[in-house]
Amino acid sequence: MDTRRANRLVATAFVAVAMGMVGLSFAAIPLYRMFCAATGYAGTPNTTAAQAPGGNGTTIRVRFNADTNPGLPWSFVPVQLEVTVPLGEDNLAAYRAHNKARSPVTGVATYNVTPEKAAKYFHKTACFCFNQQTLEGGQTMDFPLSYWVDPAIATDPNTRDVKVVTLSYTFFPSMTDAEKSGALAKAGPHVGGAKTN
Amino acid sequence: MAEATHGHDAHGHDAHGAHDDHHHDHKPSFVQRWLFSTNHKDIGTLYLIFAVIGGTVGGALSMIMRMQLQFPNNHVVTSGQEWNTIITTHGLLMIFFSVMPALIGGFGNWFIPLMVGAPDMAFPRLNNISFWLMPPAFVLICIGLVLGESGSGWTLYPPLSNATYEAGMGMDCTLFALHLAGASSILGSMNFITTIFNMRAPGMTLHKMPLFIWAELITAFLLVLSVPVLAAAITMLICDRNFGTAFFDPTGGGDPVLFQHLFWFFGHPEVYIMILPGFGIVSHVISTFSKKPIFGYLGMVYAMVAIGVVGFVVWAHHMYMSGIDIDTRAYFMGATMVIAVPTGVKIFSWIATMWGGSIRFDTPMLWAVGFLFVFTLGGVTGVVCANAGIDEIIHNTYYVVAHFHYVLSLGAVFSIFCGWYYWIGKMSGHQYPEFWGRVHFWMTFVGVNLLFFPQHFLGLAGMPRRYPDYPDAFAGWNYVSSIGGYISGAAFVVFLYVCYRTFTSKEHVADNYWGEGATTLEWTQTSPPAFHSFLELPKVK
Repeated sequence: MDTRRANRLVATAFVAVAMGMVGLSFAAIPLYRMFCAATGYAGTPNTTAAQAPGGNGTTIRVRFNADTNPGLPWSFVPVQLEVTVPLGEDNLAAYRAHNKARSPVTGVATYNVTPEKAAKYFHKTACFCFNQQTLEGGQTMDFPLSYWVDPAIATDPNTRDVKVVTLSYTFFPSMTDAEKSGALAKAGPHVGGAKTN
Repeated sequence: MAEATHGHDAHGHDAHGAHDDHHHDHKPSFVQRWLFSTNHKDIGTLYLIFAVIGGTVGGALSMIMRMQLQFPNNHVVTSGQEWNTIITTHGLLMIFFSVMPALIGGFGNWFIPLMVGAPDMAFPRLNNISFWLMPPAFVLICIGLVLGESGSGWTLYPPLSNATYEAGMGMDCTLFALHLAGASSILGSMNFITTIFNMRAPGMTLHKMPLFIWAELITAFLLVLSVPVLAAAITMLICDRNFGTAFFDPTGGGDPVLFQHLFWFFGHPEVYIMILPGFGIVSHVISTFSKKPIFGYLGMVYAMVAIGVVGFVVWAHHMYMSGIDIDTRAYFMGATMVIAVPTGVKIFSWIATMWGGSIRFDTPMLWAVGFLFVFTLGGVTGVVCANAGIDEIIHNTYYVVAHFHYVLSLGAVFSIFCGWYYWIGKMSGHQYPEFWGRVHFWMTFVGVNLLFFPQHFLGLAGMPRRYPDYPDAFAGWNYVSSIGGYISGAAFVVFLYVCYRTFTSKEHVADNYWGEGATTLEWTQTSPPAFHSFLELPKVK
C-alpha cells in the first residue's frame, strides 16, 4: 500500500532525527571543548605549543588566584600574587601546594582566564594543570607554569582596554580519590532537608 | 463518550470491508476499547481525562503553596525540602501531565485526523503506546513527591539534583518519569507528523491546512528536535547520580553549566510546544465566532514557523546569571526579542479577524479573548525579562513567576478551556451549560489575575521565587495573591460541575452547532463523530 510505505519512510526519518539529537547532545561535550580551545571562549587560555614571538617593550599585569575544593585536604596558594610582565616573552610563575593529610592525595586543577575576552591571547606552554598531581602525606611542592601573553592583546580593539589579566586555578580531588573518601554518590542524608533539621 | 453511531458512514463500510485493522460492526469490550485502544478519538479522550487528573493534582499542590505563602512565617509546609518537592512536582505535573496531554495528546489526537480528513492516525498502535507510557510516568512523579526526595525545582539543575544533595531514589523516579513522558512525546509527534504529511484529504495542500493542524505540526517538529536533548541530559544526570560518571561534576572534569545548556535547549522550545497548539485553537475559535476567515492565514502560518525556528536559538536567556559573557548575552537578548515580532503578527491578526466581524461572545469566544489579554500581558513582561541588564535584578524573582504563569498557566490553560468549550459538543454530542461556562470563565479570569498580577509587584520589590517564607514587607500582596488562588481553585470546581452537567445532559447537538463560521472538516461529521470517520475521503477545494 502506497501510504503505508510513505508513512514508514517519514517515521524512519524522524526516528533517525530523534536519535541524532541524542547523539548531538553527547557530542556537544567534546565539540564545546574544541570550540573553547579554538576561540578562547569562556576564558579558555591558548595551550598550543606556540613559541613566544618576542616582545616590543610593552608590559601587562598578571594576577594569580587559587581556590581549593573543600573535598581536597590541601592548602594551595600562588607564590606571587601579581607580576608585571613584558608582552610576547616567556615567563615563569609558581603555585605552592601542601598536602595536609597523612596519606598521598591526588588532585586535578581546572583553570581559566579573566577577563574572558583576553583568554585567547594568554598562552600557557607548560602547566601543572595539564596532568593530575599527587602529593605524599604532609608534602609541600611548588608547581611551575610557563606562559606568555600575545602582544596582539594591546592592538586588538576588543582587548585594548585590558590592563590586568587574572589567571585562576581551582584544585579538585581526583575522581578516584573522591570515590575512595566516599565523597561521591554516598554523601548521606541531603543537606538542608527535613531530616537534618 | 463517543458511542459508535453508524448511520453517517454506513455507505463507506462495504468499500473498506476487507481492511483487516477495522472491525466496524462490533462494539469492543471496555478493556478492548480503553486499554488496547487504537482509535484516535478514544486515545484523545484518554489523554484529556489524564490531563484533568494531572491538572487536579498539580492544582492541589498550588493551593498548598498559596496557603503556605498566604501569611509570613506560615507552617502549612513543614520543611524546606517538603516545599522544594512540592514546587518541583507542581511544575512538572502542570507541564508534562496537564498542558501537554491536553493540547497535544488530547485535542491533537481528536482533531488532527478529523480536520485533515483521515480515518485515523498513521500509526494507531504507536498511539496507544504513547498514551500508556504516561500513567507509569505519572506514578513515578508522584513517588518522587511522596518520598519528598525530588526537591530540585522543575529545572533539575545539578548540583542540587546530584547524589550529594538529593541522595534518595525519589529523584531518580522523577528523572525516569521524564524519560517515559519524553518517549511518549517523541512517539506521539512522529505519529502526528506522519499523519499530517501523508494522510491529508485529496486537495488539502499544506497551505490549505487548518491553522490548528499547522500548530500541531510545528509543535511535533519542536518535540522531535528538543525532547531527545532532555533525554540525553537526564541520562547524563542519572549516570552522574548512580554510575560514577562526572558529566556535571567538576571533580571529574565535568561542567554543571553544561546541564543548563542542554536543559534549556529543550526547555525553551518546550514553552512554545505548550503554547503553539493553543494558538491554533484560538485561531479557529476567533474565526468561528467572528464569522470571518482568519485574517492573514499565511502570515499566521509562517509566524508560527518563525516562532518555532527562532525558539531553538534563544535558550541561554534563561542563563544570564550563570556566567555567560557580555557578547553572548547581547546575542541571546536580541534573538529573544525578535520572537516578539511573529508573536505580534499573530496577536494583531487575531484582532484584525475580530475587526468588523459579526462577533458572538459564547463561552469559547470569552476564553479566546481572555487568552489574547493574558497572553499579550505575559508576552510584554517577557520582553522585559529578555533584557540581560534588567534580568540581573529580576532573575529568579516573582516577576519571572508572574511572567511565565501569564503565558502558560493563563495563556495555555485558557486555550485548553477555549478548545474544550468549542469542541465538547463535537466530542461528546452534548452541549455544555452556557451559564455555568460563563461563570467558569469569569471566576477564572478574576481569580488568576488577582493571583498573578500582584506577583509582578512582589518580584520587582525583590521577593525571590522558590522560598516557603518571606519578610513581612511582602505580606500584603502575597495575601491578595492567595485569595486569587482560592478563587481560581473554586473556578476549577465549577469546571468539574460543567463537565458533570455536560455529560449527563440529554440534549444532542447538530453536526455543526456553531453555524456558518465553523468551516473545518470536523464540522461535516456527526456529533459525536462515528467510531470510524472519513471512510470515504472528503474532497477539499
